[in-house]
Amino acid sequence: MTGRTLLDKIWDQHVVEDLGEGVQLLHVDRHLMHELSGHRGQLELRKRGIRMRDPGLTIGSMDHVVSTAPGAKGGNAAWADKMIDTFRTESRQAGVKVYDIGQDGQGIVHVVGPELGFTLPGVTLLCGDSHTCTHGALGALAWGIGTSELTHVLATQTIVQQKPKTMRARFDGQPARGVTAKDLILALIGKIGTAGGVGCAVEYAGEAIRGLDMEGRLTVCNLSIELGAKIGMIAPDGKTYDYLKGRRHAPAGALWDQALAHWQTLPSDAGARFDIEHSIDCSALAPQITWGTSPEDVIGVDGKVPGNKPEALAYMGLTAGQPIAGTRVERVFIGSCTNSRLPDLRAAAAIVRGRKAAKHVKAWVVPGSWRIKQDAEAEGLHQIFLAAGFEWREAGCSMCVGANGDLVEPLARCVSTSNRNFVGRQGPQARTHLASPEMAAAAAIAGEIVDVRQFLN
Amino acid sequence: MEKFTTLSAVAAPFLQKNVDTDFIIRVERCTGTPKEQLGNYAFEMARFLPGGAENPEFVFNQPRYRGARIMVCGEFFGTGSSREMAVWAIAGMGVRCLIAPSYGQIFFSNCFQNGVLPITLPAATVEALAREAAAPEAKPFTVDLERQTINGSVRFEIGARRKKMLLEGLDEIGLTLALEPKIAAFQAADRKRRPWIYPA
Ligand code: SF4
Repeated sequence: MTGRTLLDKIWDQHVVEDLGEGVQLLHVDRHLMHELSGHRGQLELRKRGIRMRDPGLTIGSMDHVVSTAPGAKGGNAAWADKMIDTFRTESRQAGVKVYDIGQDGQGIVHVVGPELGFTLPGVTLLCGDSHTCTHGALGALAWGIGTSELTHVLATQTIVQQKPKTMRARFDGQPARGVTAKDLILALIGKIGTAGGVGCAVEYAGEAIRGLDMEGRLTVCNLSIELGAKIGMIAPDGKTYDYLKGRRHAPAGALWDQALAHWQTLPSDAGARFDIEHSIDCSALAPQITWGTSPEDVIGVDGKVPGNKPEALAYMGLTAGQPIAGTRVERVFIGSCTNSRLPDLRAAAAIVRGRKAAKHVKAWVVPGSWRIKQDAEAEGLHQIFLAAGFEWREAGCSMCVGANGDLVEPLARCVSTSNRNFVGRQGPQARTHLASPEMAAAAAIAGEIVDVRQFLN
Repeated sequence: MEKFTTLSAVAAPFLQKNVDTDFIIRVERCTGTPKEQLGNYAFEMARFLPGGAENPEFVFNQPRYRGARIMVCGEFFGTGSSREMAVWAIAGMGVRCLIAPSYGQIFFSNCFQNGVLPITLPAATVEALAREAAAPEAKPFTVDLERQTINGSVRFEIGARRKKMLLEGLDEIGLTLALEPKIAAFQAADRKRRPWIYPA
């Protein structure tokens, strides 16, 4: 008998009913909601006159449309306040716990799910947001859904799903200094393309993944959707359990012991076969940065801009053959569910400490959650950023998608730690370069795209 | 949901690769715009010039494709976010059938929830269909879901469950609600296996 993968094991434990042809009805253990997609589902459920089936298995947070202006306590416009209020009221009436603005637990859903211990190994976890793949970093089976499927989850606590193919991406060797989790995953996307993972659940494995802390693993899994895979996973291990122990929604006491024993059975068996295998040698990687309008348009920061996508180059205002380093930037955004966790902020602060942002650069730091903001302030990180001329803002999605009005100006160039550099993603005609927090911090100081390794001593 | 049986309609060729959901519908339109009006904003960054006038180059603005209800698309159409508004926007323009080599996964699921048929075919077949749609003498395409054919000759595959749902205009939530006893039984057994999953 061949071994079973992490995906196989979790999948099989959640089948409520086989619907034929490989399509199955799966139980949803955990459901996360945010105001932007959540309120639509709630209103749809109300319209249909259906009651939410299991409010105790859902939690909510506010992230997409909240203002992140320093000191802000709501949306940045009347419509945003109204949406927030609808979500709040509907959740209260349904009995869903919402971590509201200004409360411990509020933040980007994909940051607070793990932070609260709501995300656990072996669970199925859904959210009306494509970066739900992030939660796979703890060994969960997690993916994003649209409004109709969200309504389906509210009504039935299940999802209809076809089992994906399996891919294993191995990261061998140890990355050099200045090469982060973000660089690993960007390098993989560059190698196999944004359609490389279509139809797959990707399991990340190998020495470099084991070496990452939980936050780094969350960064890797976050960009699974940019590989075309809606699911990314990492087998749980000691680091996962240490991370979870004592968190608010994590099991405690005898339940913890029972859960732990179960979690330890989940990692893929030694003989497990994957439909597709890829591997990357991490020891050879330079810090990565995107040059185009798709996350697959990525090169090492010591590289030259390729000429294969003239439309992308025209949009980005770049010329084929030019070195990417030295390109002037006007904006820097450190935040988003990819890179807004405490170790990200620490790493960026280490570059910024004792230096100043270039005069022409507007640099923002937006912590991923209320908790991260408090913890960072307790360490004095905010002082480092403020002294360097950065803005230190409230927790939320902010300039990652600009649903709250946090936008990059037309034709302005932004080095961003987020996950999408699509045309118009950060605002009409905005030019986005994706990179790690360290690279973004260095760009703010230099006023141009620069190899962060020059800043390491 | 409106049934999908056969569709005879103009097909618009739009072979751009990696058309993402941010490009299909901007996030500002996902915040307050009523579902019925989203069609006005589909592809707005390409459809309108910066001043707000129509971009005559954009395929849907060309007179012959204005009423198109079928789109022949490039690889990895609908990549990106989970926003179902991308499907609502396309459906709002009147489109009910997409033909492409591959799709963004969440977008693909969202299509079926809204009575839109996303057909997957090899790239060469899609390109041939796009050439047909672009030919000066192009005729409307006929998509027959029951027989799984385009123009009587090009065959496509679709899962039996999704086919039935589209043909009969069935709603997934209604179907699953009928399985409630199974869901309850699953949870009762699972509570014993994995008690930490459930609130006390
Ligand atoms: S931070 Fe960006 S990618 Fe993440 S949930 Fe918010 S908008 Fe989506």
